[in-house]
Amino acid sequence: MEMDYFLTDDQKALRDLARKIAEEKIRPVAAQYDRDGTFPWDIVKVFAEAGLFGIVIPEEYGGLGMGVLELAIVTEELSKACGGITLALAASALGTFPILLSANEEQQKRYLPDLAEGKYLAAFGLTEPNAGSDAGSMRTRAVRDCDDYILNGSKIFITNGGAAHLYTIIAVTDPTKGSRGTTAFIVQDDYPGFKVGKHEDKMGIRASATNEIIFEDCRVPVANRIGSEGQGFLVAMKTLDKSRPGVASQALGIAQGAFDLALDYAKHRFQFGHPIMNLQAIQFMLADMATSIEAARALLYQTARHIDAGNKDISRYSAMSKLMASDVAMKVTTDAVQIFGGYGYMRDYPIEKYMRDAKITQIYEGTNQIQRLVIGNTLIKG
Amino acid sequence: MDHLLTEQQLEVKHVIREFAEKEIRPTVAERDEKSQFPTEIIKQIADLGFMGVNTPEELGGAGMDTVTYAIVIEELSRVDPSVGVIVSVNNSLVCYPIQKFGTPDQHARYLKPLAEGKLLGAFCLTEPGVGSDAAGLTTSAVKDGDDYILTGEKAFITNGLMSDTYIIMARTDKAQKTKGISAFMVDATMPGFKRGPNEKKMGIRSSDCCMIILEECRVPAKNMLGKEGDGFKVAMTALDSGRIGIAAQAIGLAQGALEEAVKYSKIREQFGQAIAEFQATQFKLADMEMMTEAARLLNYSAARRKDSGQRFSHEAAMAKLYASDIVMKVAMEAVQIHGGNGYLKDFPVERMLRDAKVTEIYEGTSEIQRTIIARNLLNA
Ligand SMILES: Cc1cc2nc3c(=O)[nH]c(=O)nc-3n(C[C@H](O)[C@H](O)[C@H](O)COP(=O)(O)OP(=O)(O)OC[C@H]3O[C@@H](n4cnc5c(N)ncnc54)[C@H](O)[C@@H]3O)c2cc1C
Ligand SMILES: Cc1cc2nc3c(=O)[nH]c(=O)nc-3n(C[C@H](O)[C@H](O)[C@H](O)COP(=O)(O)OP(=O)(O)OC[C@H]3O[C@@H](n4cnc5c(N)ncnc54)[C@H](O)[C@@H]3O)c2cc1C
Repeated sequence: MEMDYFLTDDQKALRDLARKIAEEKIRPVAAQYDRDGTFPWDIVKVFAEAGLFGIVIPEEYGGLGMGVLELAIVTEELSKACGGITLALAASALGTFPILLSANEEQQKRYLPDLAEGKYLAAFGLTEPNAGSDAGSMRTRAVRDCDDYILNGSKIFITNGGAAHLYTIIAVTDPTKGSRGTTAFIVQDDYPGFKVGKHEDKMGIRASATNEIIFEDCRVPVANRIGSEGQGFLVAMKTLDKSRPGVASQALGIAQGAFDLALDYAKHRFQFGHPIMNLQAIQFMLADMATSIEAARALLYQTARHIDAGNKDISRYSAMSKLMASDVAMKVTTDAVQIFGGYGYMRDYPIEKYMRDAKITQIYEGTNQIQRLVIGNTLIKG
Repeated sequence: MDHLLTEQQLEVKHVIREFAEKEIRPTVAERDEKSQFPTEIIKQIADLGFMGVNTPEELGGAGMDTVTYAIVIEELSRVDPSVGVIVSVNNSLVCYPIQKFGTPDQHARYLKPLAEGKLLGAFCLTEPGVGSDAAGLTTSAVKDGDDYILTGEKAFITNGLMSDTYIIMARTDKAQKTKGISAFMVDATMPGFKRGPNEKKMGIRSSDCCMIILEECRVPAKNMLGKEGDGFKVAMTALDSGRIGIAAQAIGLAQGALEEAVKYSKIREQFGQAIAEFQATQFKLADMEMMTEAARLLNYSAARRKDSGQRFSHEAAMAKLYASDIVMKVAMEAVQIHGGNGYLKDFPVERMLRDAKVTEIYEGTSEIQRTIIARNLLNA
């Protein structure tokens, strides 16, 4: 029996819908997308039709008006089948959060209904070649020119880069003020001077597009500035506080997906005349995997509820949920490959992909070292 | 660290390191991407005399000791563990058992050209239905006049596509378990010998790996290695020495990943300083170095034990288990230290992590090594 997390009927219905999409639409094509590294437009369409792009968007803007917990549940279910394809949805949520959390009413009216409908995708651009963990040292410049800002610079490793229409970009408006001199903008891919640069060839989540985004005198209307000048870093941090449970749920789904496959394999692979599941070494490995997954899930769901309840101090728990779930995903997927033995190392079997996919969850939206820093800082402050 | 290496061992280390840097490194990423066998590189290693490191000189080898062998595999794997495993299989799983169990005629016909690198060898124990439970193998060998007729399938055979000579474990007596297995030297040209397609693998993609299909393959009785019923002993003897090779492969790879991590951490700056300045990074590097050294020393001590003529199965199992477990940790941390770049094919640590995983699986999974170690302890 599955652990009872006291989900409402609506949440259960959403979970079942996501589970169905994962099994019927994603699982059959996951290996192909992993091999080809192309963008899963056909699945994005399925997400859109199911209304999944609108989970966290208020009903007045055409969304489902739900919260971080529902987004986590859906991301988890989809990631069981493929952590890469799912990222098209999760990264769009990441790009949507700044608009949802910090944009004015006019901007929300202009963009949220289309985003909810899945008419186009969003992306989030913070990282630069020299500003990864140290996002505050970014250099992309935004200079005011009458009713526009002119952006110059480049953002790297942008998920949904090239596929998305809308980019929330953090850029420097006042270079003398460090992170307090940064500002957030909504940039459309049809603005002049917007370019897509290098496409990255990755270890895993290969169905996800990771691209460089280049701004060459890119003109962005003042009307597309989120908040006031100087609030960029704040917008980004508020966003990450809410989105890190998304990475946690992606990691959790990858772990659960790998675990399910490993358990099934252990029951059906015979060595020494009986299923390897009968071996204590395998049982204990599976027991540890199941336990760590459940612990990660409990922390994630509780964190999501804590956030959805409107609590202010969410950074610590958001960081904890991401740190824990991604470490669990790495360990569980590595052990799952081990349970498959030599077959686990072969691309004809689905399991090695889970291990490659899992690794990214320890890196993006703040490496796990940065999560520890965040947690540590909140502990210092008390 | 001083590993108490002899002049000759240090000299070999130096030669192989230079060779690997010059001849192997330039193509490693491309061969990984395209899953391409390093034909030219293996030829060059043969010319250097390292396809039969431990094989006596009069039998075509370099006549060197097992520590030197470990050093060769380490240095090759530091740059490319695919090359490491190809060379290791030929040395430990093919040359070594032929040297131990072969007749003078087999030494002349097979060992000499294999050790000289004129032929390439493969070792065929695993089958689709039997991996860890190797004693349960079902490939059959039936006597027919002066020949044996082999029928069955061997899975995951390293060097499978490229080899000339295959040591194949097959069952000559269905009534017996381990004692019913015999070893044969089979040429790829023998009738009924077929190869499956190259397997698509997570890592060590420049080494090949395929199914070997035996359809009533006729093998002369004089190609039996050891006596009828010796096959399992032949295989276990080969694997004991092979595990020192795989440990060395893992250690070399760990060393390579550690070096990449050190280099990157000194160049990459965040928050106004090199990331090497962060204690979090330093402690990772310290652990990586310590684990790699410990694994290396454990492996050298297994190698020295083998050279002293004592049983070394227990030590080789520990060396392989420990080295493969630590290379996973080291490669994982090396990727982490590279941040987002570590996830990209542009940096070698991405491949290194994929390469590392197999060392916990082949030549006996980590679980099987633990089984061996525990059994030795409890039966002592
Ligand atoms: C596939 C992929 C998708 C991505 N998608 C997006 C996206 O959509 N939008 C976006 O803006 N970014 C994205 N990123 C970027 C990602 O968030 C960064 O890679 C990540 O924040 C780490 O930055 P970095 O790669 O520059 O590593 P660095 O910051 O250079 O870190 C290198 C190493 O140093 C460590 N380190 C750094 N600072 C400290 C410290 N103070 N204390 C201890 N250790 C430290 C890190 O933990 C890491 O191990 C993506 C990256 C990848 C690989
Ligand atoms: C790239 C590659 C190259 C290879 N090259 C060769 C080669 O050249 N020649 C060759 O003969 N073989 C080769 N192999 C095969 C390899 O040796 C086997 O894959 C390995 O022995 C494991 O067997 P299996 O894959 O059947 O896993 P299984 O035996 O099915 O094991 C599945 C899981 O069960 C566990 N398990 C099994 N039995 C026990 C037990 N008693 N106690 C506890 N846990 C147990 C295993 O540890 C593993 O986690 C290669 C494999 C790979 C991946």
